Amino acid sequence: MDETISTRTRELISAHRGLEGPLLPILHAVQSEFGHVPQDVLPVIAEELNLSRAEVHGVASFYHDFREAPAGRHVVKVCRAEACQSMNGEGMAEQLLALLGVDWHETSADGRVTVEPVYCLGLCACAPAAMVDGRVVGRLDAAAVREIAEEVSR
Amino acid sequence: MNVTIYVPADSGAVAVGADRVAAAIEVEARARSLEITLVRTGSRGLYWLEPMVEVATPGGRVAYGPVRARDVASLFDANFLSGAAHALALGDPEEIPFLKRQTRLTFARCGIVDPLSIADYRAHGGFRGLERALAMEPEAIVEEVTQSGLRGRGGAGFPTGIKWKTVAGATADRKYIVCNADEGDSGTFADRMIMEGDPFVLIEGMAIAGIATGASKGYIYLRSEYPHAIATMTRAIEIARQNNVLGPSVLMSDHAFDIEVRAGAGAYVCGEETSLLNSLEGKRGIVRAKPPLPALEGLFGKPTVVNNVISLASVPVILDRGAAFYRDFGMGRSRGTIPIQIAGNVRHGGLFEAAFGLTLGEIVEEIAGGTASGRPVKAVQVGGPLGAYFPTSLFDTPFDYEAFAARDGLIGHAGIVVFDDTADMLAQARFAFEFCAIESCGKCTPCRIGSTRGVEVLDRLKAGVEPDTQVTLMADLCNTMKFGSLCALGGFTPYPVMSALTHFPEDFQPRPIREAAE
Repeated sequence: MDETISTRTRELISAHRGLEGPLLPILHAVQSEFGHVPQDVLPVIAEELNLSRAEVHGVASFYHDFREAPAGRHVVKVCRAEACQSMNGEGMAEQLLALLGVDWHETSADGRVTVEPVYCLGLCACAPAAMVDGRVVGRLDAAAVREIAEEVSR
Repeated sequence: MNVTIYVPADSGAVAVGADRVAAAIEVEARARSLEITLVRTGSRGLYWLEPMVEVATPGGRVAYGPVRARDVASLFDANFLSGAAHALALGDPEEIPFLKRQTRLTFARCGIVDPLSIADYRAHGGFRGLERALAMEPEAIVEEVTQSGLRGRGGAGFPTGIKWKTVAGATADRKYIVCNADEGDSGTFADRMIMEGDPFVLIEGMAIAGIATGASKGYIYLRSEYPHAIATMTRAIEIARQNNVLGPSVLMSDHAFDIEVRAGAGAYVCGEETSLLNSLEGKRGIVRAKPPLPALEGLFGKPTVVNNVISLASVPVILDRGAAFYRDFGMGRSRGTIPIQIAGNVRHGGLFEAAFGLTLGEIVEEIAGGTASGRPVKAVQVGGPLGAYFPTSLFDTPFDYEAFAARDGLIGHAGIVVFDDTADMLAQARFAFEFCAIESCGKCTPCRIGSTRGVEVLDRLKAGVEPDTQVTLMADLCNTMKFGSLCALGGFTPYPVMSALTHFPEDFQPRPIREAAE
């Protein structure tokens, strides 16, 4: 494994070691540092926390947030839950996927964008909703979808 | 003269442009050499009017909305700084019928104060509940909460005081207060709003819970889908520490209490209290079998109060005004107020805090004003993805835990999602199974396997393969899931499925008959 990844991971672990139940905060820190949770870091975490590699893999793979591979440069999360469904969120999502030429969970061939489903952003009174690189967008309509597609294709 | 302007920083308002409006106001004020103070508040919860801008005038606040960035120049032209008339003027926000009809106890400050100003919080009645609690015996605090009739606002409706009493009575070297802020139900946003708009009320409620039960550490398990709430809550905790609200001496008393925010990681099932505890411990978010109750063996095996955000945020007003004040609102065994979240296809979506007892029809037709699309209402899902779909024929159901249960529904976290007549209830039932399959923790068979089988059964039904057999199978499967699942995810998925079938049987007819009927 890349020495710098291993060294940086150990630093992140020691920054969180004092917490009770530090594994999730460590995985969040790793993902925020590297953009994903490289599989190589799992044995490092296991060793440092005195857990089995299977346990760490089990936790990292349980949660939707932690990705094994890097995402595209932009990440668009589109809500697919009921409140957004009631406002034609699925229709808006289909338009976005078509414009970007990807399916759910996929990254575009040029690596620019990943589209993921999300089940509720808590913006249910401004449905349909999405999150573009952490920025919340509500009352999605066809024009807003085109704007998002243009923004993430640049 | 320096005029104060309020623009929400609530993520619902930001999603529809509040940040751009705030920036435009600052640019425009500078260009016109006008002195203003811009305060970013939470949201009042009138989302169809967001971004809603308020101006402090000598005669009180005047609201304008929904304001777009390009409206800002014309607002200045019209002299909105003095509360002047404009096409977007709404007058006194408190007089807007949607707000005027409410009883705001838990959300009394939300949308009014600067969420991170402890001086604002105090000036609007903050910390009075905590101060009173500090002068009481712990048993008396628990008794006050019990007498208020407060029940778990996360959905289960368990009496909060009884839970606290169990933890208070347990002997251990450590106890915990865990706030369940994993608000994953679609159609709900009350937790998010209060954490973004009035975070100190949650801190105060948790501190009172700690003093009452003998716990000195609290965790807020906050879903990662809420980055704004995480940021505001984290900052508010730091400010509370600096002001000795949290720390070794809560408001200069002998009680120590501190809080840590922990981000979830996108697992819906972690809203279930035992999988939440596993997640906090750094494990897979797998549901635990009960007993043991978390109140006796919870986080790290220690006695733990696990309460929803709104339950905890309702405690300060109960301690401040007394149990009887709170209990006098409501009906039957549902006491106090409930922040109803009106969402989906509605004209007036938002947060409506009211005493229990409004009927579903009053909420959907009068308060929400019917659908946004203008088409007839077909179904209303109450209580999130595990809640039942109600037809308009059941609009006389009062908002009350028992009344909803009597009609095979649940109020859950009090989110309601309105659908117009274009909704396909077979598709909604299928989604309920699909969602359960995606989010199942995998521990128990009825949920893990039943959800996938349910999707398959409904696909066959839609394709017209032996329809009667599929309906029988589905009912049987739902029965198994309802009674055989470990937690509410598998156990309550039958609610949306069976209610869709019971109330909208025409949507489950084989294709040719459905088409002939149309």
